[in-house]
Amino acid sequence: MNYIFQKFKSVFNFYYDGFRNMSLWGRKVWIIIIIKVIIIFAVLKIFFFPDFLRKNFKSDKQRSEYVLDQITCSTVIND
Amino acid sequence: MIENVDMSLVDWSRAQFALTAIYHWFFVPLTLGLSFIVAFMETIYVKTGNEKWKKLTKFWMTLFGINFAIGIATGLILEFEFGTNWSNYSWFVGDIFGAPLAIEGILAFFLESTFIAVMFFGWNKVSKKFHLTSTWLVAIGANLSALWILVANAWMQNPVGMTFNPDTARNEMINFWAVLFNPVAVDKFLHTITSGFLLASVFVLGISSWYLLKGREEWLAKRSILIAGIFGLISSLAVAFTGDSSARTLAKVQPVKFAAFEALYEGKDNAGLIAFGILKDSDQKIGEKNIKNFVVKIEIPGLLSILSKGDKNGFVPGIRDLVSGSSDERQILSVAQKMEKGRYARDILNNYKEAKRINDKEQIEKIKNIFKDRNFIDNYFRYFGYSFLKTPEEAIPNVSVSFYTFHLMVMLGFFFILVCAISVFLLLKGTLLKNKWFLWVTIFSVPLAYIASESGWVLTEMGRQPWIIQDLMPVSAAVSQISAGSVIITFILFAVLFTALLFAEVSIMVRQIKTGPNHKEEVQ
Repeated sequence: MNYIFQKFKSVFNFYYDGFRNMSLWGRKVWIIIIIKVIIIFAVLKIFFFPDFLRKNFKSDKQRSEYVLDQITCSTVIND
Repeated sequence: MIENVDMSLVDWSRAQFALTAIYHWFFVPLTLGLSFIVAFMETIYVKTGNEKWKKLTKFWMTLFGINFAIGIATGLILEFEFGTNWSNYSWFVGDIFGAPLAIEGILAFFLESTFIAVMFFGWNKVSKKFHLTSTWLVAIGANLSALWILVANAWMQNPVGMTFNPDTARNEMINFWAVLFNPVAVDKFLHTITSGFLLASVFVLGISSWYLLKGREEWLAKRSILIAGIFGLISSLAVAFTGDSSARTLAKVQPVKFAAFEALYEGKDNAGLIAFGILKDSDQKIGEKNIKNFVVKIEIPGLLSILSKGDKNGFVPGIRDLVSGSSDERQILSVAQKMEKGRYARDILNNYKEAKRINDKEQIEKIKNIFKDRNFIDNYFRYFGYSFLKTPEEAIPNVSVSFYTFHLMVMLGFFFILVCAISVFLLLKGTLLKNKWFLWVTIFSVPLAYIASESGWVLTEMGRQPWIIQDLMPVSAAVSQISAGSVIITFILFAVLFTALLFAEVSIMVRQIKTGPNHKEEVQ
């Protein structure tokens, strides 16, 4: 147990030291990553990109039926 | 129903996906290639123990890190778009797309959270050999990660290894190895990663040349040019070789796309390869679509036949042959015949739907067995997508875009062979510094490498049109029934977000390049 704890601690310290001693470009890039991930997951995914089939249908059976309807009752115009 | 599909919705959804994919691809190829260049440099450092090589490695690793960090997760947006904008497609492809992407996600997660951390945080904390191993694993892992995306894309170009389940309206993987070793996947993977190696090599050559022109970092620049020049030369030859192999495969599995590359309308024996050409609309038509003629062209006789058939006298079908078909020994099915077969498959699927509705169990079982019949799958259902077409000429992709992107990519590919070869030659001869014009050429080659790389993807995706899955599903049947307005809003959001990311990448990189390898923060 103590061995596992020590290993965990050394891994934690490795990342902790790494982030603490990060260079200027590293800090900038991490700020960009954090902002980007927030925009992607907290804004875009939630407000703009719901899963269409999950949102509109409750079960896979309904989703299958909907898609089957879509691909069998179509005369699609291609440009 | 799709009968009411709004074409502006389809066009905006396509535009949005294209925008996202093009921006995403700005970041990826440099990661693929620069990771290996860094690994080569660190290997020399570990072998020689020379601290200058360590500094050199860390400098390029910094640029790799900036590119990697800013590009990371941009691909996730493409996956969001599948679920929101392309729900019919996402459902229809089933686990065939999901499985490779899941493997890619797991690979990327472990790669990014462990070995990248060792690469950047591990200097002087882990042994030299462990650090070097991590650097190599990042390079191999990044490229393997790309493999799974490319396997998924290759399936869209040449759907194999699956069966269609009418009950779930999904394709189900029945042969993982057929999907993985799809000839298109093998060619695409090799061509894509080698082009990434080449782009990264040109990137290193360009920046190193800038240092030489500025009279700075001569030791770093010359060693970088040596490594990138050799790596780039090998990669550029590999790109040409894999591109040739790719074209042969396409001639078999996507013949219309192949003919569109060359704007070849009339099939012929001893077909020539167009080395250069300018197209214009002619009065001739296939259905309602105008045929393009050449205003000017330089043609290499017989080469297209050799490239596609391995025989100078081999017949290469043109777009008109592939649309109209031929009943002679060439046995080319016309698009009209494929439309008939596709409609027959759709009628069967409609019958299945009706049988389910009235719960006719006997009919349900009968039709399920039809979908297990190889003859039906290979001769009818494989043309299912044609049932959506109204006219045969709709099966023709945009010839001008296909032709110009292909020729731009190929011309630049050959140009980069020269750039890499001359770089190494002048460096070894000791006259690189005297040839300032060539240093400028390598600097301007950097944006050209990106243009070539993006052209390759535009060609791949536009050449496949009108299909999202070759012959099985057209783009217009894949789109979700959402409002075009919401797609326009997200298109604008993406344009702003990605432009900001690209601007951030370029500005941080330029600053880091101007700072150079001797900045105190970078020397640990």
